[in-house]
Amino acid sequence: MEAIIQFAPYTGWVYPNETVFEWSVLIAVYPYLTGLVAGAFTVSSLYQVFGFERLKPVAHMALLTSLSFMIFVPTPLLLHLGHPERAFNSTITPHLTSAMAMFGFFASFYVALLILEGWFAYRPFIVDQAQKQSGLLGKFYSLLTLGSHDVSEHAMRYDRKWIFALAVIGIPAAHGLHGYVGFMYGSLKSREWWSSDLMPVIFLFSAIISGVSLLAVLYVASCKLRKIAVDLACLKGLAYTIWAFIMVALVLEGLEFANIVYKGREGVDMIMQYVTGPLLVPYFILQFAVGAITPFFWLSYMIWRGTSGRALVIGVTVCACLVLFSVFMMRWNVVIGGQEISKTGKGLLSYHMPFFGKEGALVAILLTIAPLGLLYVLTRLFPPWADAATHAHS
Amino acid sequence: MRDEDTRPTLAARRGFLAKLAGAASCAGAAVAAASLGVIPAASAKTETPLDAASFPTKDYDWTRHQWGFGVDATKCIGCLRCVEACKTENDVPRNAHQFRTWVERYVHLEGEGEVRIDSQQDPVNIEASGSEKEFRFANRYKDAKVDKAFFVPKLCNQCTHPACVQVCPTGATYRTKDGVVLIDHGYCIGCRYCVQACPYGARYFDEEKGVSDKCTWCYHRITKGLQPACVEVCPVGARVFGDQKDKQSPISLFIRNNRVQVLRPETGNAPNVFYVGIDKEVN
Repeated sequence: MEAIIQFAPYTGWVYPNETVFEWSVLIAVYPYLTGLVAGAFTVSSLYQVFGFERLKPVAHMALLTSLSFMIFVPTPLLLHLGHPERAFNSTITPHLTSAMAMFGFFASFYVALLILEGWFAYRPFIVDQAQKQSGLLGKFYSLLTLGSHDVSEHAMRYDRKWIFALAVIGIPAAHGLHGYVGFMYGSLKSREWWSSDLMPVIFLFSAIISGVSLLAVLYVASCKLRKIAVDLACLKGLAYTIWAFIMVALVLEGLEFANIVYKGREGVDMIMQYVTGPLLVPYFILQFAVGAITPFFWLSYMIWRGTSGRALVIGVTVCACLVLFSVFMMRWNVVIGGQEISKTGKGLLSYHMPFFGKEGALVAILLTIAPLGLLYVLTRLFPPWADAATHAHS
Repeated sequence: MRDEDTRPTLAARRGFLAKLAGAASCAGAAVAAASLGVIPAASAKTETPLDAASFPTKDYDWTRHQWGFGVDATKCIGCLRCVEACKTENDVPRNAHQFRTWVERYVHLEGEGEVRIDSQQDPVNIEASGSEKEFRFANRYKDAKVDKAFFVPKLCNQCTHPACVQVCPTGATYRTKDGVVLIDHGYCIGCRYCVQACPYGARYFDEEKGVSDKCTWCYHRITKGLQPACVEVCPVGARVFGDQKDKQSPISLFIRNNRVQVLRPETGNAPNVFYVGIDKEVN
């Protein structure tokens, strides 16, 4: 039987082996999910470490969101591998010069950290539920107490120290994890579109804005579902955070593009032809104009006018959705865009995403939504709501 | 009452956490100790063994050879017998998208500033051959006025500092002592990072086998004293192969008697395919 390969149409001169797209949409989903993890964790840290009290209503949801998405981060990679059953080869016998080899360690460490921080944050709730609930659920919470039922003020102080320490460690861990994802692309010298020292920081800042935006959307949605009022101070806090970081993200992306154009190295003609042709809409219009500049000005306007109430809720939610879209487009434009520009610097390819299939659009959409399903289950087991009587301590 | 209750529990909890920390430290130490043994062994996959053991063929000592490849583009006639031979010899998928070696055609037409480049995979050439499994260059410029034209055979450069080996997360691809970059198909996970990292487009992904693949200079042949298949079939001697440690070998003479150049020297990869007669556009 003939192997099923998607061949890419091209113009100009491309190397014969380039006519198959090796990194599909799933490889764009992977840094997207990782970025959401890092961004969501930023919110949790802003509260736990830097004392942003107004973010309290989303602090615990940030942890759960981070964990839910982190668990799904390896899935697009596994689906993409030619031999997924050998995936652990890179962990048990890591090739130390490879940027990719360390992923297993970083990811595992970070998942462990999230679980540990989550356990400390939810300990009073777990202890409480272990005593109240009966049956299977009671046993579940009992098991999670790990035999420790002490929730005295003294013990809580002790827990808080752990939470603080873990949150402090988590900041470099989360951001290191995502900066490293950017390094995987930025360190490749084979493609002018990827090969940039700025790539890790660009990934990092776009990660932060995407994660914070995700929390803003989730927070507003959760309030609507629970039929409670949105805490406007909290939402404003999230809006300020998005606004501040979006500025940095925009400056960095602008610098990156300016560098490519200004240096004008070999292949720049093809890049210019690409960004003013096939990439015009996904890059300049969708990623920048619609996804980044529009929310930036909208948020600026709301901050300037002191917008409040329903207008603020709608404004921030729409801006957050736009940012989420923009950051996905950024991942797409890097991963797919990079491959659409031939290594020869003399040709362009075009990627056609299949809808079905292991690496199609459907799987990509499902993998992006799946963490939300897990998050729903986790919020049922460990309610993150600051207003609830059984709320975990902080 | 409450205070009395909590004190011992807190002490117990501290004790428990101390035990937990102790257990974690022990486990950590065990993992670290194991890693000290495992990691060097694993990373050594990319390093050459110190002993002169015969590998992979008996009586073959890979410390005594340093293979090199030369391409004389002035001789190539674009017959593509090399591509045919390679596909057959190395079980390369029979399609127009995956190659261990290929030939590029550069044509300057009169009055045109831009060079026209194509290879055997170009749809016009495939149409001329009549099949994706056979290769020939279509005579597409027969009615045009050609200023300058030449062919350039391409293959893996078996770089001294290969970007593909650097990025491989498992060490499945490695550089041998005698200077060839190989892939352990039994260990490759199929992530395709190497395909992305190669600046020459020399690697492809074999969907059927789920692993990356590329030219090995016919390692199974050269270690038996034979020539790579493409060199063997070239009717004009455009491809030159030999041992750089032997000063009278074809490759040593080729490098000594010509002003040779490599592709994309700025990458720092230090390629080991040496070219004669290529033009400024070739990369």
